[in-house]
Amino acid sequence: MAAISREEVAHLARLSRLAVTEEELDTFAGQLDVILQSVAQVGEVAAADIPPTSHSVPLTNVLREDVVVPGLTPQEALSGAPDAEEQRFRVPRILDEDVAS
Amino acid sequence: MTTTLPAYDDVVARYEPVIGLETHVELGTNTKMFCGCPTDFGGEPNTRVCPVCLGLPGSLPVANKAAIEATIRIGLALNCSIAEWCRFARKNYFYPDMPKNFQISQYDEPLCVDGYLDVEVNGETVRIGIERVHLEEDTGKTLHVGGATGRIHGATESLVDYNRAGIPLVEIVTRPIPGTAALAPEVARAYVTELRDVIRSLGVSDVRMEEGSLRCDVNTSLNRPGEEWGTRTETKNVNSLRSVERAVRSEMLRQASVLDAGGRITQETRHFHEDTGDTTPGRSKETATDYRYFPEPDLVPLAPDVAWVTELKAALPELPRLHRRRLQREWGLSDLDMQSVLNAGAVELIEATVAAGATPAAARKWWLGELSRRANEAGIELADVGATPSQVAELQGLVDAGKLNDKLARVVLEGVVAGEGSPTEIMANRNLEVVSDTGALTAAVDEAIAANPDVADKVRSGKVAAAGALVGAVMKTTRGQADAKTVRELILERLGVKG
Amino acid sequence: MTDLTRMTASELAGLVAAGDASAVEVTQAHLDRIAAVDGRINAFLHVDTDGALAAARAVDERRAAGDGLGPLAGVPVAVKDVLTTRGVPTTVGSRILEGWRPPYDATIVERLRAAGTVMLGKTNMDEFAMGSSTEYSAYGPTRNPWDTDRIPGGSGGGSAAALAAYEAPLSIGSDTGGSIRQPGAVTGTVGAKPTYGGTSRYGLVAFSSSLDTPGPCARTVLDAALLHQVIGGHDPRDSTSIPAPVPDVVAAARLGASGDLTGVKLGVVKEFTGEGAEPGVTAAFREAVDTLTKLGAEIVEVSCPHFRYALPAYYLIAPSECSSNLARFDGVRFGLRVGDDGNRSLEEVMSLTREAGFGPEVKRRIMIGTYALSSGYYDAYYGQAQKVRTLITRDFTAAFTQVDALISPTTPFVAFPLGARTSDPYQMYLADLYTIPTNLYGGPGISVPCGLSEGLPVGLQVMAPTMADDRMYRVAAALESAVGTFTPPAL
Repeated sequence: MAAISREEVAHLARLSRLAVTEEELDTFAGQLDVILQSVAQVGEVAAADIPPTSHSVPLTNVLREDVVVPGLTPQEALSGAPDAEEQRFRVPRILDEDVAS
Repeated sequence: MTTTLPAYDDVVARYEPVIGLETHVELGTNTKMFCGCPTDFGGEPNTRVCPVCLGLPGSLPVANKAAIEATIRIGLALNCSIAEWCRFARKNYFYPDMPKNFQISQYDEPLCVDGYLDVEVNGETVRIGIERVHLEEDTGKTLHVGGATGRIHGATESLVDYNRAGIPLVEIVTRPIPGTAALAPEVARAYVTELRDVIRSLGVSDVRMEEGSLRCDVNTSLNRPGEEWGTRTETKNVNSLRSVERAVRSEMLRQASVLDAGGRITQETRHFHEDTGDTTPGRSKETATDYRYFPEPDLVPLAPDVAWVTELKAALPELPRLHRRRLQREWGLSDLDMQSVLNAGAVELIEATVAAGATPAAARKWWLGELSRRANEAGIELADVGATPSQVAELQGLVDAGKLNDKLARVVLEGVVAGEGSPTEIMANRNLEVVSDTGALTAAVDEAIAANPDVADKVRSGKVAAAGALVGAVMKTTRGQADAKTVRELILERLGVKG
Repeated sequence: MTDLTRMTASELAGLVAAGDASAVEVTQAHLDRIAAVDGRINAFLHVDTDGALAAARAVDERRAAGDGLGPLAGVPVAVKDVLTTRGVPTTVGSRILEGWRPPYDATIVERLRAAGTVMLGKTNMDEFAMGSSTEYSAYGPTRNPWDTDRIPGGSGGGSAAALAAYEAPLSIGSDTGGSIRQPGAVTGTVGAKPTYGGTSRYGLVAFSSSLDTPGPCARTVLDAALLHQVIGGHDPRDSTSIPAPVPDVVAAARLGASGDLTGVKLGVVKEFTGEGAEPGVTAAFREAVDTLTKLGAEIVEVSCPHFRYALPAYYLIAPSECSSNLARFDGVRFGLRVGDDGNRSLEEVMSLTREAGFGPEVKRRIMIGTYALSSGYYDAYYGQAQKVRTLITRDFTAAFTQVDALISPTTPFVAFPLGARTSDPYQMYLADLYTIPTNLYGGPGISVPCGLSEGLPVGLQVMAPTMADDRMYRVAAALESAVGTFTPPAL
């Protein structure tokens, strides 16, 4: 049985902000299915009582003093912007339903 | 869409509200949460940015120690347990005001948990459970261009400024608060007020709702007695203490009308409108995105040790509730009197006025009397009425020195509120000082006696009460600048009558 | 005069320090070599001729003024295009960053500049460091100087090929699942992945934050150690940077070069011998094990039972982190923007930009990661992979109670022909089978040439405990002293 359907891939593409083509959907659905079936092997390991590792360094409390450090000029900040206006980054209109938090 | 809302008393007779509050507080640290950019309010767009808070490829966050300590102090002040070990998490969603398209926040491992805050409503203490206090980063600001009045809807483009992006933001979440019945709106307001005072007393934020350094989301649901809690809505854009109260009330009324009509409440975000006092629907939570939280790999865990937390706890200031108790004792007020001071939002004002030299009684008289009346008339907070504690103390000093009588002092206060200067300046500029020169007064008294021979005779014949008419005449010629008691004594003396 | 491009970094540094060659001469020789051969290799995405010559002149001036020079002053370095370089294009091998000139330097680049090394330019790589062949670069594949019809490994194929083609004596790579070591193995060069946290990630364009490790590449073990020493060490701008000095890797490399491994106990990873590897690779590895024995090392077989789950765990953790790390490439603050016709919404423009800017492997991993982090799948995929990570770390810890270091082939197969594995993504993933466990554990690993199979280089991998990077250099240098270095046919 396939681990992932074409529709699920389309959903993932939308979540990932990728305007994939129909052909890509076909290719990716097959490839992602192979990959997901392979990586699902991690499920074979009995690890119920094993703590997860998120960081391999044994560090805690790495903190910075609250001291101002010089940053970028607005020119530097905007130097790579595809579009800028009034010293701000210009973006196309935002759909209402995009509004989060 | 006009519906007639039911009466509030009727609603609370038939439904039980459950409220909850999520409050965001921008910390007043020197620098942002994860980089060394300054945090001051305002500024030209994109002048307080660096590779980290712009989310440039390759940049990495390093947590601000002062922000961590401020959060722990807030947690301690709210009687929370401080996590022995916790991590930051990434909250993933695309939005242009968020430079990395994820927000560094905390998810299932908040820094502070399980606390409470006691607030007083109508002389009773209500204990508000605090579920969690966690730390995250603020977003940038988006300017919507081309649509009506800067709203996102209808805009043709948007412009983004990242000065605010990355400013440390503390989120304080209450447990659901049931059982407050008709008082729910007041409890909500009292909670936010108390929380604001606590945070201000810690000195970690300026907690100004109008500038957005304290933001509040209000959750409200209704259920019929004996039934399970209802579906809740989350009201955003609640930008003043008064709005907190109004938002809860308005949402209770709206939900009741929906339920009364046999409808069901949609779990959604609603927006509060300051002008109308109504809420309108926003994004529906039922279709909300999956934020795909996972532990932030670029930041190592936080593990505040006992010594650190103990040190922070020992350095906590006297918290507002205890502080108020002490003031009440010092000022010699009854519970009821103290309550009226609290209700007027006058505690700090009176305290500062006393510190500037006035007696507690005098300070209270001005703030709860004349100034409260003016604030109410103008629909503003007492603190914004236009007089400062030091001006009020100075005014009282002039009264105590006999330079102003009560009536004149009110006139001077009017000048203070109008921004004409200090009480002493206004008194001089408007020539309002009490006429204490007895020579001038005696002349005015003699003039009044001469002008009213029949009244003078009545007084001479023993009808001392008739002297009032003569006092009035003198006050009139001196334009109220004489001390009425002195005038009276002088009249009786000139008429040879013992007072 | 001898060809400056054939010399090691330590030799070049000696020439410059002694005044026998100027830094400008050394730099010009390498720029000439790049001009002559890179059309056939495509190791460089950007050659910074002016910047390199200016840096070289500065070294020469400092020397003339009698200022002290660092151990690598005047030596050219090629930098993988995954590190930000102020004012110098940084693409990460992707269309989405085409033309981007970062406003800041990565910490490693700062340290390279401060040490007086000369940055020649930026090297080709699989897009966002995702791949094992450099075929996923948006700017065309890099070719293996041993056989230009074959891949140079990846993702850092450009950094490895530049060394093998004598275009640079030193280069910087980054290793998330083997991207320094596997290219080193298939090009007959040395590639070291330091302990995670031992080299700063500040300015390293992130692929998988908890695994990414920048490190040195060179043609000799000593040169790699010298470069490691220059770029390594604590960086307060990277929260995961270890606040401890770099182990003395240079001294360890010199010690190893004496060819004596008496008292050193090495573990052959049982799970990484036998099936899976090409016979030629296995044979070369066996021979190297015999050589190590002759050098005095004690060899034992060690079982690491969870290593077989490293590959699947890696292909959940890395894509998950990548799906989040790559979200910022949205055409708002930097890089490409596609489809902004004044009518389309931001979401549409963002989606068109990412669709056009990312290649297929990046898209696959973003979608896999998005899937693995979804609330319904998190526990079964990402969460479980993190538990497996714990078990792999325990395997390492247990092994290091028995032996000083572990050894294995670096990669199961020698350089394969271009195009051989691009149609089946999972076949490509197998190239990193032996290198991935180290990344999940966070320890150091090095690939050193150990022989040839059908005329193509085979690498041996040495894996050491975290912050014991010096151990792997000692073993690698000892092996190098016995088997020598490997020179590809003339281009």
